[in-house]
Amino acid sequence: MKIRAIKFCLAAAAVSVGLGMTPALAEKLKFEFWYGLSGDLGERVQDACKKFNDSQADYEIACTSQNGYPETVQNAIAAYRAKKHPAVVQVFDGGTLDLMLSGAFVPAKKLMEDNGYKIDWTNYFGGIANYYATSKGELYSFPFNSSTAMFYYNVDAFTKAGIEAAPQTWEDVEAAARKLKAAGYSCPLGFSFDTWATVEQFSAIHNQPIATKNNGYDGLDTELVINKTKLVDHLTFFKKMTDEGLFVVKTKQLGMDVVPAFTSETCQMIQSSVADHGTIGKTIKPGTKWDVTMLPIWKGTERQNSLVGGASLWVLNNRPEAEYKGAAAFLNFIAQPDMVEWWSTVTGYIPVTKSGFDAMKANGFYDKPAYKGRDKAIESLTFTPTSANTRGIRLGGFPQIRKEISDAMEGIFFGKLTVQAGLDQAVERGNAILRRFEKTYAGRALN
Amino acid sequence: MSGPSYFLVYDRNAGPVDLMNKRAVFKSWWLPMAFALPQLLLIFFFFYWPATSVLTWAFSLEPAFGGVGERLFVGWDNFRDVFADTEYWRSVSLSLFFAFSATALSMFIAFVLAICVDRQLKGSGLFRFFYIWPYAIAAPAVGLAFRFIFAPESGLIAVVNTWSPDLWNPAKFGSHAMILVIVCFAWKWIGYNFIFMTAGLQSIPRSLIEASAMDGSGPVRRAFDLQIPLLAPTLFFLLVLNLTESFVGPDTYGIVDLTTEGGPNKSTDVMVYRIVSEAFRGLNYSGAAAQSLVLIALIMLFTFIQFRYVERRVHYK
Repeated sequence: MKIRAIKFCLAAAAVSVGLGMTPALAEKLKFEFWYGLSGDLGERVQDACKKFNDSQADYEIACTSQNGYPETVQNAIAAYRAKKHPAVVQVFDGGTLDLMLSGAFVPAKKLMEDNGYKIDWTNYFGGIANYYATSKGELYSFPFNSSTAMFYYNVDAFTKAGIEAAPQTWEDVEAAARKLKAAGYSCPLGFSFDTWATVEQFSAIHNQPIATKNNGYDGLDTELVINKTKLVDHLTFFKKMTDEGLFVVKTKQLGMDVVPAFTSETCQMIQSSVADHGTIGKTIKPGTKWDVTMLPIWKGTERQNSLVGGASLWVLNNRPEAEYKGAAAFLNFIAQPDMVEWWSTVTGYIPVTKSGFDAMKANGFYDKPAYKGRDKAIESLTFTPTSANTRGIRLGGFPQIRKEISDAMEGIFFGKLTVQAGLDQAVERGNAILRRFEKTYAGRALN
Repeated sequence: MSGPSYFLVYDRNAGPVDLMNKRAVFKSWWLPMAFALPQLLLIFFFFYWPATSVLTWAFSLEPAFGGVGERLFVGWDNFRDVFADTEYWRSVSLSLFFAFSATALSMFIAFVLAICVDRQLKGSGLFRFFYIWPYAIAAPAVGLAFRFIFAPESGLIAVVNTWSPDLWNPAKFGSHAMILVIVCFAWKWIGYNFIFMTAGLQSIPRSLIEASAMDGSGPVRRAFDLQIPLLAPTLFFLLVLNLTESFVGPDTYGIVDLTTEGGPNKSTDVMVYRIVSEAFRGLNYSGAAAQSLVLIALIMLFTFIQFRYVERRVHYK
């Protein structure tokens, strides 16, 4: 019995080796791409890979989901240390600086030049490119799935409560929340402790810094300043609204995150990524009227451009030279206007290039009811040219800093911390992370 | 034979038998080595070897993607940073609280269940079968299930919040969150403890129980005077195992990660969760390495205390 089993295994192994050598597959040069998206969005990445593989005969990209952004970075690091890393890896916004200082990548511009592709780098929206570029403006990675935070609201509920216009200011939001409450809605606005919309995007569009040294772009000796900006007043407002039952905390731990809270019509207003536009359209009860608008600002402030979120594609170094040809071909492929349009259509992510956006606008994409409002994300991202506070956030250990801020928000909204004390706590712990990062990368220049 | 022996088995007919006294001696040195080799290799590759890199990281500042330049030696700096952090000490006390509570809860319930099954109460055969199941479920799966069941707004338990708002809210109150992870861990480990305790109870000669029952002692009395003392070696073994597992085990990490993520505001930020999230989410390899070494030292101290002071009260014969 045992011998037979072994024989079977050997035979199976021989067959699989034989298959691997069939000429049709051997001709194509294989390289790997690891990404963090999962579920519906992850399958769309697979579609993109398939489109690339079908489009040409020279290269074959093998795409593997690592089920989550932080996991992708962790696994890529482990693989890099073991010298078994993929050629291309998707890294989320928060991991950008870790990659930049790693010395483990081939800069986007160099890769494309070396492989003979002419890329018009000015074609990328400034707000997107600057997040992934050096402070001198050289792009290190390829913007891929880009998004920004938006304000979603339930039009049916608004009508019932007698609210006519989309809220443009936080004063409008408060008024709307009061009317919704009066009309019997128990959760006028749902929010979570995710820092991206409430802290990062808020600060950008109100021209408030997150950290000194131009949000970290000008040096690793940066310090958080969120306990001294308009954010303090903003969170104080949130706290007051929460105490009055007008704003309601919705987290995974409580049982429902903000997006399901909106699609189940539990909450009538939320802040979330434009990337959720597709999901919301698919999951909210058919026939429900809802819309999306730019994040509100406080009256009397001048709106600035919002920050890009999502992830970019990095090409790691120390791979066989031939793989870079494939990687460059893939990156060139997904930057073509028709691919940009396809990707944006099926996901909700925004087109990252001006030509892609123009093409979509020209063929009436944004006039279709299902995609209505998605262009507001571009409007938000390009509202003003990027400035020191709106270029991006360049902080070491940023995922951990985000966690410290959301921990502090838990303390503020659930515990006994005052807003000021909570933000002071986040700043103190966040600065400790920044100092350690600075020491670890001492002497490494931030370009 | 004096001193503890782990080769003690009970025989229903012959009573305790010490296998240590029936030792067989290998004549050559290579044969036993060959037998031990697979295990030694495993330990070498999966413990000692990784441990050396933890050692180098703990005394240097390790960049995430590895040293591009020379590695920076910083002496005891990482440890100083760890010890100076008040959050770290909070995490230590949370871990201790978690370990003792989870161990006490799971061992107590497992013991009660084992006693009931041992008394051959109605349906005990069936229950013996079911009680073992939870241990076979992976901790993250347990965590996920508990998160859904105990979600304060949409879980099965949400009904208690309609009686009185915030009666149960682990997302909001640190104490509730701690209860949630303790219950979750205990639930999983009851099955494991139950197997050992049932086996131990079954090896206690039935005649002893019957004799004391005839002398008029009830089930509780018998448990305290007969079963617990006779079960002491098993209980001690389970105590060490449960404390160590709950203090540093992967189950603790999996459960915390899927239920509370260390929150709210770090109220369930136990040491093992803190280490993993600092190392892999925060990419602070050096700080996490220093914390792991401290944790290893603590575990050694922990186990030493148990063997030195608790085991004295355990009689193997």
